[in-house]
Amino acid sequence: MTALEPETTHEIGQARRRKEDARLITGRTNWTDNIQLPGLMHVAFLRSPQAHARITSVDVSAAKERPGVIAAFSGADFAAEQGSLPCAWPVTEDIVIPDHPPMAVDEVCYVGEAVACVVARDRYSAADALDAIEVDYEPLPPVLNMEEAVAEGAALVHADKGTNTSFHFVMENGDMDAAFAGADVVIDRTFVQQRLIPAAMEPRAVVCAPVGDEYTLWSATQIPHVLRVMLAMVTGIPEHKLRVIAPDVGGGFGSKLQVTAEEVLALLIAKRLGRPVKWTESRSEGFMTTHHGRDQIQHLRLAADRDGRLRGFHVRLLADMGAYLMLVTPGVPLLGAFMFNAIYKMDAYTFDCTGVLTTKMPTDAYRGAGRPEATFGVERMMDELAAELAMDPMELRRRNWIAHDEFPYDTVSGLTYDSGDYEAATDKAMALFGYDALRKEQERRRSEGDPVQLGLGISTFTEMCGLAPSRVLGSLAYGAGGWENAQIRMLPTGKVEVVTGSSAHGQGHETAWSQIVADRLGIPFDDISVIHGDTQSSPKGMDTYGSRSLTVGGIAVFNACDKVVEKAKRVAAHLMEAPEADLEFSGGAFRVRGTPEASTTIQEVALATFAAHDLPDGMEPSLDSDATFDPENFSFPHGTHLCATEVDTRTGEVKIRSYVCVDDIGKVVNPLIVEGQVHGGLAQGIAQALYEEAVYDTDGNLTTTTMADYLLPSAMDLPEFTTDRTETPATTNPLGVKGVGEAGTIASTPAVVNAVIDAVRHLGVDDIHMPCTPERVWRAVHDAEGRARPPEDLPPGAAGGLGSVNTDEGASS
Amino acid sequence: MARVSVTVDGVRCDDDVEPRLLLVHYLRDRLGKVGTPIGCDTTNCGACTVLLDGVSVKSCSVLAVQADGSEITTIEGLAENGELHPVQRAFHDQHALQCGYCTPGMIMASVDLLRDNPRPSEGEIREGLEGNLCRCTGYQNIVRAVRQAADEMAPASAEVPAQASGGAA
Repeated sequence: MTALEPETTHEIGQARRRKEDARLITGRTNWTDNIQLPGLMHVAFLRSPQAHARITSVDVSAAKERPGVIAAFSGADFAAEQGSLPCAWPVTEDIVIPDHPPMAVDEVCYVGEAVACVVARDRYSAADALDAIEVDYEPLPPVLNMEEAVAEGAALVHADKGTNTSFHFVMENGDMDAAFAGADVVIDRTFVQQRLIPAAMEPRAVVCAPVGDEYTLWSATQIPHVLRVMLAMVTGIPEHKLRVIAPDVGGGFGSKLQVTAEEVLALLIAKRLGRPVKWTESRSEGFMTTHHGRDQIQHLRLAADRDGRLRGFHVRLLADMGAYLMLVTPGVPLLGAFMFNAIYKMDAYTFDCTGVLTTKMPTDAYRGAGRPEATFGVERMMDELAAELAMDPMELRRRNWIAHDEFPYDTVSGLTYDSGDYEAATDKAMALFGYDALRKEQERRRSEGDPVQLGLGISTFTEMCGLAPSRVLGSLAYGAGGWENAQIRMLPTGKVEVVTGSSAHGQGHETAWSQIVADRLGIPFDDISVIHGDTQSSPKGMDTYGSRSLTVGGIAVFNACDKVVEKAKRVAAHLMEAPEADLEFSGGAFRVRGTPEASTTIQEVALATFAAHDLPDGMEPSLDSDATFDPENFSFPHGTHLCATEVDTRTGEVKIRSYVCVDDIGKVVNPLIVEGQVHGGLAQGIAQALYEEAVYDTDGNLTTTTMADYLLPSAMDLPEFTTDRTETPATTNPLGVKGVGEAGTIASTPAVVNAVIDAVRHLGVDDIHMPCTPERVWRAVHDAEGRARPPEDLPPGAAGGLGSVNTDEGASS
Repeated sequence: MARVSVTVDGVRCDDDVEPRLLLVHYLRDRLGKVGTPIGCDTTNCGACTVLLDGVSVKSCSVLAVQADGSEITTIEGLAENGELHPVQRAFHDQHALQCGYCTPGMIMASVDLLRDNPRPSEGEIREGLEGNLCRCTGYQNIVRAVRQAADEMAPASAEVPAQASGGAA
């Protein structure tokens, strides 16, 4: 060791190529469906074709006689032991939580609900034998329209509950009457957040192997640790007899933040048969039965002064829960409660949300979860207010946002934003975008009557992520905490194993955590490996969702490293025969202050601790350390997103001409990973604005069950993005990091829709329902030419491609 | 049962299969070639793309018996002698994958795209990969990766600007 050695390895901030890639680019992956075990049987589920019906009989006897079949079950077979799928977030004291049997017994409440299953030697035999199962249904009325569902005398999803209103949550601050009474301008709008399908590329899959009275369950899940606890609670199988493994997981976006019927049933089937079983969903099965996202009707009223200053914002939501409350279903819209006020100052704010039960697939977390809905609502309203005031929409935002010297800032919704610089991000974005030149071009095209009009859309967003301070979760009646755990194992040869409770499914934790540890311990990046996703080897965790991994799990890793250094310092002082207080640690070595030539490396300390021949008195022979980090606050990434669209008024076609975003996510550990997260987030937010919609027909059938009908964007549908950053460190964690996983999705949807509206606003258009398909845009332009349409006369033109049936009067009114 | 004889990643395989068996299920369930994943059931996503006699196909839309007598290359057989294919290397360099589930199909489709058009423009890359869906990357880094691979694989024409040579192949 020489004195010339750098201070640290300077890994944090480097665009390290990912460690994960080696297996992913060569096909040496371990997806759940890849798992083969001796005697493995395959499960196939028979699913309800009825949206709502009483089950009068299920006969599986003929299926049992089919070749290759070893068992077939109906819901009645599991009724005594299957319990009810959990809802961990009862958001109000009087919330209505319907019983949710993993396999339907007496009644089905959405199309796709499992009513029976077959277990066979291979997947083809299992699927074939489903044909031999006889089920008789007595149809009940479907409940599809939220406004109708909450009206007096509505047909009920769950008759025993006597209502379709699951909960009513209200949060108020400030004098709303005063805010509206003296206001110069009131904007009143209703927006629809259409239902979306998360569509992770890897379909859900589960394998369960029983050994004696112990069970190993592999699942394509984001939450192996939460799943283990919940499986124990639901089935009564003791927690210590359950091991849950999330092997390679192919994306989640919230859809694998769930305790699913199929996971519970795979466990019960394996238990009953005493042999390993596997279930993998087909894509069309998954679109019907993996939880959906969004689906809100937003009634919004905004009061402002003539100079644009915001006075009050009243938010009234109907949020579609679907047929049951799953893991965090009712909590999703409530995450938006804190975000409708966004980056703005205002005097009064009310958030009023009704959770509505319908006969559709339950909704739950989907990338952003509540925050995209809120950001869309407020950013669309800001553009509407700007139009009403004939003010530039960015100037309106500037007049209302929290200035950089006002942080920390207590918001009207009760959060404390620790840091931010909306001016800096906006100035950078406006310059990259060429805002003024584009406005001039827009003016020219308007005056020339160009059939292709240009629109500029703005979204100056913030979000709350890094879920979450446990005390805050507790105050919101969430069923668990928001901490994360990490352990550092110092191996005798000086290599390091990092055990993390975060559970990656594309985020690159193996790389990013290695960078953090490399810097903190001064150990080479390649000498570090990261262990995750198995409750046996990483026994403690809260898993990955809500842009929490770096801001909570990464800080746990950081803190565990510091504990290792503390222990190692004691050993080093002993070996170097120097007082501990005189030692300093940098670049992986301890030195006595003032004599930099003499050093002991942390690797030497690790070996000496392993040998344990000569340790300080009373010291246990281990440097291994663990840390559990519970954040004191959320983190608040923010940014300015600008979108320019070209709208062909003859065809309704929308083309994104340029998209610029400047995000402030605090300090960055790996800019390559960050940029990738932003790209993917933008793609999903743009997809909501322009392409995707889950459509149910008037009988309650999902008509968008394939990727030909549910329009995930391809490479042809997306532009080249211009992404940049400003860096205002978070003050609530030692790395200064915020989250990035959801930012792009939260910000981009309103930027795109604002741009579409802006292109045709001068023609009389002030709203177009998402997704802004060519037909919807064309109709909006042509309808606006003559008359103003009443809000209930909604345009058809749902997404859904081939064979889709438009049911806007149901889902989107 | 029908007899198929195929060469998969250089290994000759003779098997009796049900006539309805999909090639992707033959690869995964019979041969253990699980590097090729399944992302949909309607041939939309392209995750299962392999090369059949050098041409990309979605192996969920080919019956195993249709592949009789053919040579199949999967993602597992793309690297040679421990050396990554330039497209694999480019996906790593450009961070063109996150969860990695679409990656085998995306790489195999890119290999075929570059065989067909060694110097594609950005638009041609996007069009060429339209049949392969990715939910993580927004495609931007995938496009960059295919460009990098094109540059590496066609060094002779490296001086020709990419946009000018778009149709030259």
